Amino acid sequence: MKIPKRGIGRRGLLAGAVLPVTAPPVAENAELATPPWTRSQGASVLESPYGRPSPFEGRVIRRPRGNPPVPTAASANTPLQDLHGIIVPNGLHYIRDHAGTPTIDPDQHRLLVHGEVERPLLFSMDDITRFPSVSRIHFLECSGNTPLWQAEQVNPRWTVQDTHGLLSCAEWTGVPLATVLAEAGVKPGATWMLAEGADGAAMTRSIPLAAVMDRAILAYAQNGERMRPEQGYPLRLFLPGFEGNTSVKWLRRLKLADAPFETREETSKYTGLLPDGSARQFVFIMEVKSVITHPSPSPTALRPGFREISGLAWSGNGRITGVEVSTDGGGTWQSAVLQTPVLPQCLTRFRLPWTWSGGPARLLSRATDDTGAVQPTRDALIAARGTNSDYHFNGIVKWQVDASGQVQLAL
Amino acid sequence: MALLSGKLTRPGRCSLRFEWRLCLALSLAPVAAVAQPYGFGEVATPEMIAGWNIDIRPDGTGLPPGQGSVGEGEQVFRQSCAACHGLHGEGTTAAPALVGGIGSLATAKPRRTVGSYWPYATTLFDYIRRAMPFNAPQSLSADQVYAVSAYILNLNGLLPDDAVLNATALPKVVMPNRGGFRSVYQSVGP
Repeated sequence: MKIPKRGIGRRGLLAGAVLPVTAPPVAENAELATPPWTRSQGASVLESPYGRPSPFEGRVIRRPRGNPPVPTAASANTPLQDLHGIIVPNGLHYIRDHAGTPTIDPDQHRLLVHGEVERPLLFSMDDITRFPSVSRIHFLECSGNTPLWQAEQVNPRWTVQDTHGLLSCAEWTGVPLATVLAEAGVKPGATWMLAEGADGAAMTRSIPLAAVMDRAILAYAQNGERMRPEQGYPLRLFLPGFEGNTSVKWLRRLKLADAPFETREETSKYTGLLPDGSARQFVFIMEVKSVITHPSPSPTALRPGFREISGLAWSGNGRITGVEVSTDGGGTWQSAVLQTPVLPQCLTRFRLPWTWSGGPARLLSRATDDTGAVQPTRDALIAARGTNSDYHFNGIVKWQVDASGQVQLAL
Repeated sequence: MALLSGKLTRPGRCSLRFEWRLCLALSLAPVAAVAQPYGFGEVATPEMIAGWNIDIRPDGTGLPPGQGSVGEGEQVFRQSCAACHGLHGEGTTAAPALVGGIGSLATAKPRRTVGSYWPYATTLFDYIRRAMPFNAPQSLSADQVYAVSAYILNLNGLLPDDAVLNATALPKVVMPNRGGFRSVYQSVGP
């Protein structure tokens, strides 16, 4: 390892001079300069009591896919192309609001548990956080993620943030739903649970108890800190592997019953219309899916030579068991390396070494989960469900690399 | 307890806390201690629950007293809904169409509206009451929600011009797509 030379005399001369903001370019064969940040004190530990990313990372932000006409009933996507590993920082977790993000005083927030229970109870946040807690790392994906059903609605300039950014992953901490329901006492006839938010949409979904009692969390923390307002502060339902909207944010009410409530969000919305005019309802599970995040569509062209391919795979049904990658449009496939730990209902990072020789290439990934389910092609999905399903697109996507190194979404 | 409890109008009103542990100790009821493992939370009385218990089920359970006519609903709609949904519920860039599309679901260009897609009229009442109008959710009276529900169903040709909706009449409205949904839930979970 080379140790940079230090021009002690010159540093003395420059003291007090106006320093350039960035280090000057290194002239060929010149002595390596000592940059200004090496010749001065940095910022005080008191300057940023709640830390922020480097100012040079300002482009790494959430963005809506287009220009939402009503920004409080809209979504903002996670910049997957700029992230590493599997954990999404709290400020970059995707947002889907139906009536904006409310500002809720946790001291005034209450959770009402009633309906088919022995004892209707009202819990404060102090009550909720006194219960035994669990922490689990899970992905959350909006069922409207990856809107590639209709070719005419696809923008060839979309990035992976646009196509897959309604996907995030965090460590969620809270009390198991089963613990709180046991406190109220579930009556034998209770099979469904209405979950209602305290936002202006009073967002409401019916959840089948048998499918979630072993996994649902009433979450109040996200990656170690109390959950962000846009994620449901102070309390959200979290249903691992289920479509995102069922993890009702700003949770204020759980009502147990013997049948689903047929709310607007499970009839008019979040249902999948089939070609015969019937619609799939209560499509809860986000099925096996993957996407290559590096490289992915970008204004910056690839350079020939070594380039690691890396991406994310996940399944609402369980663990990822394998990801295959093709660089020739699906002609041949290679097994990618899975980064451990591989957790159920969690993002799994996969990697494959690749050398781009400079010619056209087409990059695909295909995931398999521990139920044996294999990520389908777009053609297979459309053959099964038509093009008006709106939700639950988990098909293989293709990144087209042209001879100049430009990467673009291809159908 | 009835004196201590109030309807849940806003969270801050529930300040009179009722400690289950204390209650159990005073009532000498050790059986209940087993049933409620931690003793957290306060009893939610029917009076308290009434403030938040706004869901309506397909059979009409939960519908409040009150009534509203198609004609009254037109007035409510013009005042509170038309700015986003269009004067006749045709939709704008800000909000979806509420009217039309009946018979279109099996075509290449399906139009999903209240009339063509929604399986239950009760859901219309539930959703308007909880989430509309967009700029002032939960501000309409029960009469106004019945009325504007009647008007939207009338625009879809599902109610006559002189119809009046109440808790009895609303669940009886048969929506065209009532049988259009099939649950895929049975493939889920244990």
